[in-house]
Amino acid sequence: MLRGAAAAAHAAASTAGLGTAGGRRDLRRALRRSQRREQWRAVALVLPLFVFVLVCFVVPIGAMLTRGVVDTDIARILPGVTAALKHWDGRDLPPDNAFAALVGDIHAARDAGTLASAATRLNYDIPGFRTLLFGTGRQLPREISGSARETLIGIDPKWGKRETWVAIRRASGPVTDFYLLAALDLDRNADNAIVGAPAEQRVFRNVLGRTLWISGVVTLMCLLLGYPVALVIARQPPQRAAMLLFLVLLPFWTSLLVRTVAWVVLLQKEGVLNSLFLSLGIVHEPLKMIFNRFAVYVAMVHVLLPFMVLPLYSVMRGIPASYQRAAASLGAPPWTAFRRVYLPQTMPGVAAGCLMVFIQALGYYITPALVGGADDQMISYFIAFYASRTVNWGMAAALSVMLLGATLTLYVVYNRLVGVERMRLA
Amino acid sequence: MRIRLSLATFVAAAAMMLSAATGARDLSVISWGGAYQDAQRDVYFKPFTAATKIPMTEESWDGGVGTLRAKIQGGNNNWDVVQVESEELLLGCEEGLYEKLDWAKLGGKDKYLPDAVNDCGVGAIVYSFILAYDGDKIKGDAPKSWADFWNTQKWPGKRALRKGPKTTLEIALMADGVAPADVYKLLATPAGVDRAFNKLDQLKPNLVWWEKGSQPPQLLASGEVAMTNAYNGRIAAANDKDKKNFKIVWTNNLYTIDSWVIMKGTPNKAQAESYLVFVNDPQNQKNLPPKIPYGVTAKASTALIDKNVLPELATAPQNAATALFINDKFWLENLDKLTQRFNAWVAK
Repeated sequence: MLRGAAAAAHAAASTAGLGTAGGRRDLRRALRRSQRREQWRAVALVLPLFVFVLVCFVVPIGAMLTRGVVDTDIARILPGVTAALKHWDGRDLPPDNAFAALVGDIHAARDAGTLASAATRLNYDIPGFRTLLFGTGRQLPREISGSARETLIGIDPKWGKRETWVAIRRASGPVTDFYLLAALDLDRNADNAIVGAPAEQRVFRNVLGRTLWISGVVTLMCLLLGYPVALVIARQPPQRAAMLLFLVLLPFWTSLLVRTVAWVVLLQKEGVLNSLFLSLGIVHEPLKMIFNRFAVYVAMVHVLLPFMVLPLYSVMRGIPASYQRAAASLGAPPWTAFRRVYLPQTMPGVAAGCLMVFIQALGYYITPALVGGADDQMISYFIAFYASRTVNWGMAAALSVMLLGATLTLYVVYNRLVGVERMRLA
Repeated sequence: MRIRLSLATFVAAAAMMLSAATGARDLSVISWGGAYQDAQRDVYFKPFTAATKIPMTEESWDGGVGTLRAKIQGGNNNWDVVQVESEELLLGCEEGLYEKLDWAKLGGKDKYLPDAVNDCGVGAIVYSFILAYDGDKIKGDAPKSWADFWNTQKWPGKRALRKGPKTTLEIALMADGVAPADVYKLLATPAGVDRAFNKLDQLKPNLVWWEKGSQPPQLLASGEVAMTNAYNGRIAAANDKDKKNFKIVWTNNLYTIDSWVIMKGTPNKAQAESYLVFVNDPQNQKNLPPKIPYGVTAKASTALIDKNVLPELATAPQNAATALFINDKFWLENLDKLTQRFNAWVAK
């Protein structure tokens, strides 16, 4: 960019002639024009990527995340009862017009084939609501004799319970905190106060803590294993370093699934390692090495190690050996020279490697699912469960918000402590 | 050559689009693919076209009611007959994605196993979750029930169950002595759920979990576990192809049914009905189990099936006697909450 501007300025200067005031003004204008052109060119070059990121990343993910708070199904499918419940004080059973409105809504929803969506949403709040709604729909006569209230309660006594109506009102949107609260093991009771979920239903705080813990341990193990490797590679002559780097990168080109399944083969009860240990007499009965936390750590460290080694190597490569020689010549023993001179200079690489490994580890799904036990599953497992098994997109989105929130928080903390501009990637 | 080929493909594709636009297309049948669909092709698809002169195309899918919903709501549905799992049958029928079946044309409801009859679907195959063990490792006194599954004193070793509450809680209750008929009544109450989890507590130190149907045979083969629950077809396949000696305990097996449905508003409804009549003819159904060990749904088929194959099927009378039909309606309502509880229990 600078070179182009200088060339344009040179051209402008030679035509306008240097030295006069007007010439200087022309020169400045020509310079500005050429700079603007360069800027537009830069924008044009970046634009496709920007649009791509916007269309394929920001918009869909944003749309997905909003599902964690948007709650419009009930208002759309059961409009009458939603409106009628707006003025209900929530203390006793709702007024008669709400019952009458519900009867009309259920008929309309059944005719339109939308009752299932409403039933699904309400069933999230109170298990059994599905049966209640469909059972009522089947038994509800077209023309009701007597009051709607008595007819509904006659069909199912649950319509005579306050909680049933509170659930409808709570789901009537347009936004809800239901999923976000549920993702934090919280709930609203019938009086709309936030309370903790029952002890036997509490799972997500635990899962989030577990996700952070596993990611932390994996990052630490990657650092302890990766640092010496990067150090050795960085001190090799270029050709040998290239070969060693190739070995580090080799796992990259193997499918994640294959690498994970390979660990199953190695670690299982009658697997390669156990057979070896048994035949060598190291152990007398097979070790339990798979479907537990140990296997998750091993497999994840294996997969993520290159992400630690590469930034470390790139930083170490740029540190002149003369610094440590200088430290030695000033009387520092090798360990002190390493600790006081070399180690601080590698910190940008350490920081970059740790951040990359940690953030990737947070979202791990396949590896823990294949080699972990039931209590080693990380948050992605639950996102996948809600998104694909029970098609509860609200819950999947709320858990994604938790994951994204944790990642962003860590990034901010990291930025405060280390500073992103100090980070050097490979 | 290549150009001509792609031109031919293009012409064919254009012709297909044209015929789709005019609504005149062949009957399409969608099933689960793999070895199963290969068997269906030999037993149902080819003989159907040969016998009725109705041309048909076949496709495969991976399930999920969302796929069917998109087909119907998109307004451009090109699927006519689809094989669905029991959950998709239930959901899709509620949502009006399928045609209601005319049971008179299918020979009346009495012709079929009671669980194979639904407003929107007719059962295609019956298969089970069974208790399996390796006959080469457990010899002599063999386990006979889910209660024995819990007995780690007599039969030491790990046990494997499918990860998640579905089928696991039913098995726990039956191991605790609950009769199949009472299982879902009990599970609908908090006390029943507590009882199931208490029973699981006893086995927890010895439990490992599987997720994919291919895992139980591997777990048995590697000696990782001494007993597991599994799909009966997978165990039969391991014995057949890998020459294993896995044994199946059928007592209190948990069975489920895949069904055929006709998609709503199809222009090929008459052909689709002919297809269902054909595949529900016992003379045709009897040919499926020898190819793949799934039970079939017309009552009269059982007597016609090869006597060597019959004991491997969920529909064999001795296997069906103590079986539990997996209640998808119950799970549709309770899966979310019970999964949470299950996960909280696992982490405890």
